[in-house]
Amino acid sequence: MTCFRLAPVPLIYLAAIALCFPALSRPVAAQENPYFVAYDHNLEEPGNLEVEYFSTFGTQRAGNNFHSYWTEFEYGVKAWWTTEFYLDAQTTFHDSTVYSGFKWENRFRVLQREHWINPVLYVEYEDVNGTDKTLKEVVGHDVEADYLAPNDEARREHQREIELKLILSSNTWGWNISENIIAEKNLSNQPWEFGYALAASRPLSLKGSAKRCNFCRQNFVAGVEMYGGLGDRYSFGWKDTSHYLAPAMAWNLPSGWTLRLSPGFGLNDNSHTFLLRWGVSKEITGFGQMVRRWFGNKS
Amino acid sequence: MKPACFQLLASAALIVTCISAARAQSKSSQNKNAELYAELGKAPEKARNRVNPLENDPDAVAAGRLLFEDHCAECHGETAEGGKGSKKGPDLRVPEVQNAPPGALFWLLTNGVVRKGMPVWSRLPEPQRWQLVRYLKSLGAVLPAPAGTK
Repeated sequence: MTCFRLAPVPLIYLAAIALCFPALSRPVAAQENPYFVAYDHNLEEPGNLEVEYFSTFGTQRAGNNFHSYWTEFEYGVKAWWTTEFYLDAQTTFHDSTVYSGFKWENRFRVLQREHWINPVLYVEYEDVNGTDKTLKEVVGHDVEADYLAPNDEARREHQREIELKLILSSNTWGWNISENIIAEKNLSNQPWEFGYALAASRPLSLKGSAKRCNFCRQNFVAGVEMYGGLGDRYSFGWKDTSHYLAPAMAWNLPSGWTLRLSPGFGLNDNSHTFLLRWGVSKEITGFGQMVRRWFGNKS
Repeated sequence: MKPACFQLLASAALIVTCISAARAQSKSSQNKNAELYAELGKAPEKARNRVNPLENDPDAVAAGRLLFEDHCAECHGETAEGGKGSKKGPDLRVPEVQNAPPGALFWLLTNGVVRKGMPVWSRLPEPQRWQLVRYLKSLGAVLPAPAGTK
């Protein structure tokens, strides 16, 4: 699969995103949260496609630091259903650059109206190899030492996993508060593994500005995430698990772009000492309508 | 199965999902609009009676207009005249909307009409939702309600 060895160069991802965008949609300011790991109950608007590129730089004790990156295509199928497709890759310094795999997730809003706590069900299928270092979720006994294997060795390990999340989220007094309970199962007869993600965020200003501006306080959303593993079915708890705390910031530009930045810190000796995440995303409004036109529907 | 095959299958499934979803959105828009307007009447009494805290804010209409362009115009049209194409959000200048109490509009923005395609807008902070309500109400001043309506 030579093409898959060549494909995951970051520039190719960036170029693909850039090429997708020109004149596809009218620019609209997004209203995105700053989270990289946690999910809230706000789904994608129906018919809109959000294309996102994310990076994670991670330090590795007793090994080479790494840079993992992934592209997400997030589509609002219905007001209560969002589907998302990921392509993952990573570069381990002084080693190599490899394609890690893909993920496909679906999120379903359970309750029709807004409540104090809003549950969303999350179902994901992952087809990745052992080189996956996106750390999009931390479950079970995931620890820093798991990421030591050289890429050439790790890529031979093939993982097909199902991941379920119960997302509980509230929007109140300008704050978003989200709790994610995670259960993940490797389909090759491995036990269920568990994890969590907690997050809170708030725009720097709650009122909208009367004129368009890049640096208005309302465009900046500050927050914090905490996430980690909770062991597995046979050894549930904190023992031999890793945990992270990460302040995060999102900048929603009036042109429709969103920039995110989040330095993360390992909270125990099993965690990577430092993770620096950043991302850029753009929402394409009316993507569903565009697809309909491509297939000859004039309505 | 090789990774390439999985990728192709997943991509195909994603495209099919997009197309079927887009097709599902083209239903009889008139009935849908009437149902959406009727949702305003479902606002609880307490919500209907809420007073817009930005009623006297001189910037609220201008700010609400920008928010409308960013989040609502895609479905409801640039001037709230109603959407075209498959995203047929209802006309918001009609008496059903213009005569609704501000609290009812705020309630609908907050809760959406999820099963009928109107998203929940609780992601916008409360003041921004009130600014949107001010802008929506300002449209009634431009287009007076037809004779015979309240």
